[in-house]
Amino acid sequence: MRRLPRVRPELLGLAVIGGIVVLGVPTVTNQFITFEFAKVAIFAIALMGLNLLTGYSGQISLGNGAFMAVGGYTTAILVQRTGIPYWTTIPVAALVAGGFGFVIGIPALRLTGVYLALATFALALSVPPVLNHYDTFTGGHGGIVMPAVLPPFSLDLSQEQWLYYMDSGIALLLFVFAWGVVRSRTGRAFMAIRDSETAATASGISLAYYKTLAFGLSAAYAGVAGSLLAIATSYLNPDTFGLSLSLALLVGVVIGGLGLDFGAVFGSLFVVWLPYYAEKASGLHIGALSFAGKPDIFYGALLIVILFFAPNGAAGLLQRAWRWYLHRRTAVRSPLPEPVAER
Amino acid sequence: MLAFIQQIVSGIATGGIYASLALGLVLIYRAMDVANFAQGEMATFSTFISYSLIEYAHFDFWSAFVVTILVSFGLGVAIERLLIRRFEGAPVLTLLIVTLGLFTIFNGVTGLIWGYVFKAYRGAFPSTPVQFGGLYLNTQDLGVFAVVLVMLLLLYLFFSRTKAGLAMRAASLYPDSSRLLGVRVGWMLALGWGLASTVGAVSGMLVAPIIFLDPNMMQAILLFAFAAAVLGGIESPLGAVIGGVAVGIVMALVGTYIPGGQDLRLAFGLVVIVVVLLVRPAGLFGRAAVKRV
Repeated sequence: MRRLPRVRPELLGLAVIGGIVVLGVPTVTNQFITFEFAKVAIFAIALMGLNLLTGYSGQISLGNGAFMAVGGYTTAILVQRTGIPYWTTIPVAALVAGGFGFVIGIPALRLTGVYLALATFALALSVPPVLNHYDTFTGGHGGIVMPAVLPPFSLDLSQEQWLYYMDSGIALLLFVFAWGVVRSRTGRAFMAIRDSETAATASGISLAYYKTLAFGLSAAYAGVAGSLLAIATSYLNPDTFGLSLSLALLVGVVIGGLGLDFGAVFGSLFVVWLPYYAEKASGLHIGALSFAGKPDIFYGALLIVILFFAPNGAAGLLQRAWRWYLHRRTAVRSPLPEPVAER
Repeated sequence: MLAFIQQIVSGIATGGIYASLALGLVLIYRAMDVANFAQGEMATFSTFISYSLIEYAHFDFWSAFVVTILVSFGLGVAIERLLIRRFEGAPVLTLLIVTLGLFTIFNGVTGLIWGYVFKAYRGAFPSTPVQFGGLYLNTQDLGVFAVVLVMLLLLYLFFSRTKAGLAMRAASLYPDSSRLLGVRVGWMLALGWGLASTVGAVSGMLVAPIIFLDPNMMQAILLFAFAAAVLGGIESPLGAVIGGVAVGIVMALVGTYIPGGQDLRLAFGLVVIVVVLLVRPAGLFGRAAVKRV
């Protein structure tokens, strides 16, 4: 039997504290904050998917909001038309969005860098008008209203608490899966493609297979996120999935840390809470101009600042701090390893 | 048949607008191999400046036009010098994300200053029809096309007849050799950004009278400009212009003859981009990329 790697007691302690915090949040906060943290879990899932694609396999996507739309509408249409329980639609949403991503991945094979960014940008922009156009399915501008979700098994939870626990549970599951993927043969192939396509091909890695796989996986994650978002808000319309959603996802993954496991978690905290604090910053004025409810400027500015000072995002900073701590503790005079992603 | 020709003519005019924004993209792409996602939002910002000049400072359109062009040029140069320069030599992904950051900043600042209420923009040309051999041509369309042509001619003369234009071309083709010959490559990049920002501003001021003025107005046009630039081969200014006109015609026809075409125009832009990249990645006028490994 393979010996389990030794876990440092500090990490174990952090994990226990983290677990207590995650489980305890909804018991000490109000419903609004609980709901926002449910959204953090949802966005963490979408960002994990984008991180697999952009962070690990090096393919930029501005179109993951479109995959979220596919997942969200799959759930909403199924629930509305067939009346099946909402939770059964989550895997269906993952499959449909994943399939969609796989298909998008095929032309993306021929596109690299700038061109891929252009095509996925066009994808993100064209989703809302297309959804509006086919209004017999999607309800057009009016959107789709779904019945509100109630906690099962007559659990003594409020609706928000149930959403929070369900979404966090699914996020944890998918986090473990992504963790495993990254450390598997597949993950190594992704990173090889990111670092050099030529070298990867020369080592016998099939670009076609792994690139479309990355797109499919990423889209499946986005699909789950979209589905959970639809379930949580019990309403969705095309404007939910516009360009700003895709941009927020990219901002989140960069600020959280591209190509680092915990990047998605930090990124989603940021993506969900920044608009809230931007709203609160209504006291902030320049002359007659109020910054209330305009998170875009902060998004953009932070994006550039992070790229400049901390290219590996929040997760990269924490990783550095952790290594510095280990270095101090063990006082081993070995050079610090290079960070994973230099992009 | 006449209606069909009518649509083609108006397509050519809107195509001129796509072409000028695409030209801005090409100018920056040639200089630094990156698609500037902020191109459209910078143009929107400039257009709002001209709006304020016209509405509040009571400039007439053409003096506002000139002032806006100068301001936009300065803005483009400043962005390159103050921001983009810090990322010189960074991977393409990083530069792309920086331009996306600029995109959200400009969008946010425009919304912050001028708000999100749609505004009517008084342009240079009246939108009265002139009859021309059975065809009804819009004065506005004709004016747009004339402005684009003049701008193209000026750019052509700049790049082919002036020393600065020559230096810019040299700097984008052979940065190292140019530096040895005394060309200030960094400033040539800044000049490229300035020019790109200027032609973008022109496209914004031309399109604003046709659609309403709002902070998001250039996003769809940016998509069509991307399609135009890709169709023309992303490195070719002439290609960008021809691509722009072609995309303009296609979109006018799609909007008229395909049911629900107005909603689906953006999706058609996506289709144009993907099909061109799959069938002929170098576009109509680009050179096929040869990669050294």
